[in-house]
Amino acid sequence: MATIAAAAGISTRGPRRTSQLSLAWRRYKRNKLAVAGAIVVVAFIVAGVIGPWVAPQGYAQANFLDANQPPSLRFPFGTDNLGHDMLSQVLWSFRNAVEIAFGASLVSFAIGVALGLWAGLRGGIVDMVVMRLVDFMFAFPNYFLSLFLVITLGRNLLPILLAIGIPGWAGYARLVRGLVLGMRNGEMVEAARAFGASTGHIARKYLLPNITNSIFVAIAFGIPFDLLVMASLSLVGLGLRPPLPSFGNMIAQAGGNVLGYPWLLYFPAGIFAVILLSFLFVADGLQEALDPKAGEGHLRRTRRLWFGLRGR
Amino acid sequence: MAEDLLSVDGLQVEFERASGTIYAVNGVSFSVAPGETLGIVGESGSGKSVSVLSIMGLLRSNGRVTGGSAKFMGKDLLKLRRRQLEDIRGRDVGMVFQDPMTSLNPTMRVGDQIMEAMLCHHYTSRRGAFNRTLQLLEEVGIPEAKARFSSYPHEFSGGMRQRVMIAIAIACEPQLLIADEPTTALDVTVQAQILALLRELQEKRKMSIILITHDFGVATNFCDRVIVMYAGKVMESAPLDRFLCQPAHPYTIGLKRSVIEVGDKHRELVAIPGMATALTEPPRYCPFAERCSFVRERCWSELPQLRPVSSGHVVACHYAEEVMAAGASPGHSYRGDQALASQEPEALTPAPALGAQRGLALKGPTAQEAQPHAS
Repeated sequence: MATIAAAAGISTRGPRRTSQLSLAWRRYKRNKLAVAGAIVVVAFIVAGVIGPWVAPQGYAQANFLDANQPPSLRFPFGTDNLGHDMLSQVLWSFRNAVEIAFGASLVSFAIGVALGLWAGLRGGIVDMVVMRLVDFMFAFPNYFLSLFLVITLGRNLLPILLAIGIPGWAGYARLVRGLVLGMRNGEMVEAARAFGASTGHIARKYLLPNITNSIFVAIAFGIPFDLLVMASLSLVGLGLRPPLPSFGNMIAQAGGNVLGYPWLLYFPAGIFAVILLSFLFVADGLQEALDPKAGEGHLRRTRRLWFGLRGR
Repeated sequence: MAEDLLSVDGLQVEFERASGTIYAVNGVSFSVAPGETLGIVGESGSGKSVSVLSIMGLLRSNGRVTGGSAKFMGKDLLKLRRRQLEDIRGRDVGMVFQDPMTSLNPTMRVGDQIMEAMLCHHYTSRRGAFNRTLQLLEEVGIPEAKARFSSYPHEFSGGMRQRVMIAIAIACEPQLLIADEPTTALDVTVQAQILALLRELQEKRKMSIILITHDFGVATNFCDRVIVMYAGKVMESAPLDRFLCQPAHPYTIGLKRSVIEVGDKHRELVAIPGMATALTEPPRYCPFAERCSFVRERCWSELPQLRPVSSGHVVACHYAEEVMAAGASPGHSYRGDQALASQEPEALTPAPALGAQRGLALKGPTAQEAQPHAS
């Protein structure tokens, strides 16, 4: 690490308080897109918390006399065919988007990390079974499983959160298991065992902290896809129950009359797209910042990210 | 001699691999007296690390102990349950490994890692462990202990990290310190410092040390007694002085001659020919026969057993007395084989020819490959 600090042109002299975190932040800052993405992500989270309070109107309030109004001072994002203020709809949508984004990822993460750690540490038959399960999950279309879960569990917030989160565990499990396998026989774990540390202690203090970087990156990449799944559930009519606004619902409804009332699509879809992209930029930046070996390759990587998105 | 602190007897270790079983350790016996420093010397793959790791229960999952005993303070380490062994590791036996760059946890403050070793064994209270950590840091030669406590390993150099590893190893005042190639990954100057530190700590604490090394110079400088291992067997074990002036095994002589010293520019370098054999089956004849310059017919048919040649000096060689005589003859120290050949020309067969005659396979995986970083 000392050599990395030197390579990055960071002075290691003076008061030695160059913590890993501040080094990572310095690397993160170099990627301007990632910084912009982080600002949007923070704004997104703040909007999720305060959105419903600052919204001019309740999400269910219909102004029938002002239906289908184009954007104006009174209705900055226009109104839909029932006279809902679209700005208020968007502001209300932030809340469940934030809840789904982080909740679903947390569910995937919790299941995946627990199973991955278990498989990686125990090895043998446990590893075999868990990894075959992971293979099965990868072979099985996740979206289909999400649909199935929504149909059985219902269309409220928590069921949808679970329906999006549960199918996503396999990726985390495979990632964690691979990282644990890489460290399990390494010098660090051997040294820890040599001073008498128990397996549980090694898992908590040695393995988990050393894989958090990779997990953070994986979560940051996973969140936009969870949001995308949430929206696509709405598109087939299995998203959050309609009076509750969500980006998916708004986009699904606006899609039908995009020629007549394009603002109904532009504002929600535009904001949604910016949020998704921002998460990807943040993930990309995190990957660089937390993996010092990646070096200066961020421009190339970001370009790959763009092409990757287009190809999807 | 006083009661031995650790006495290993007939230890056998095997590694299961897809391509077959590797017999890494084949009946190794040694003992360590309290306060003694024992050196275990050998090439990569000779089983020196594996024998020590196996008695501490630190083998990889594909390795297992198939025989022998290891008595430590009255208990057989090989018969203990995993939890009991965890209690002994770090508490009664401290360990230092080869690579300090990768042995510390990069996400934990250095001081916490030292404290952790004590707290794991409930050695002292949290407060006590903190104070003791500061004291240990001073003792292993890290200045400004208070400031260094909260440093992360990446802020330390290799030598400093090895000092931290030593502090962790001695945190619970173990009776025995196992140092597995503790200086191999370090600069020469730092090597000397670390060895001096180990010696100083040992004198203060009267603990025993097992030093595993492939560096003959380090071993002969540091140890009271030296064991030479080859092919998972003990070839020779002797007190240091006997070892230096009267080595009784051809392999020991070979190792000694392979050492390069400062100012040796014009000395003829004598390497031991060939390489360590693959241990795909337990040795049935002398495992060193293929590379030995003293080799004779008997070496190919009979496995030499360890036998005493003088007090405290045991050798596994059929012709130890001759080897000793040859090794001790004046002006002979660098060219033992030729001198001996001139004494008894008819008795000796050129080693490579005989090896080829027997069609011995020198290829194939060695025990070292079965457990890549352990030695």
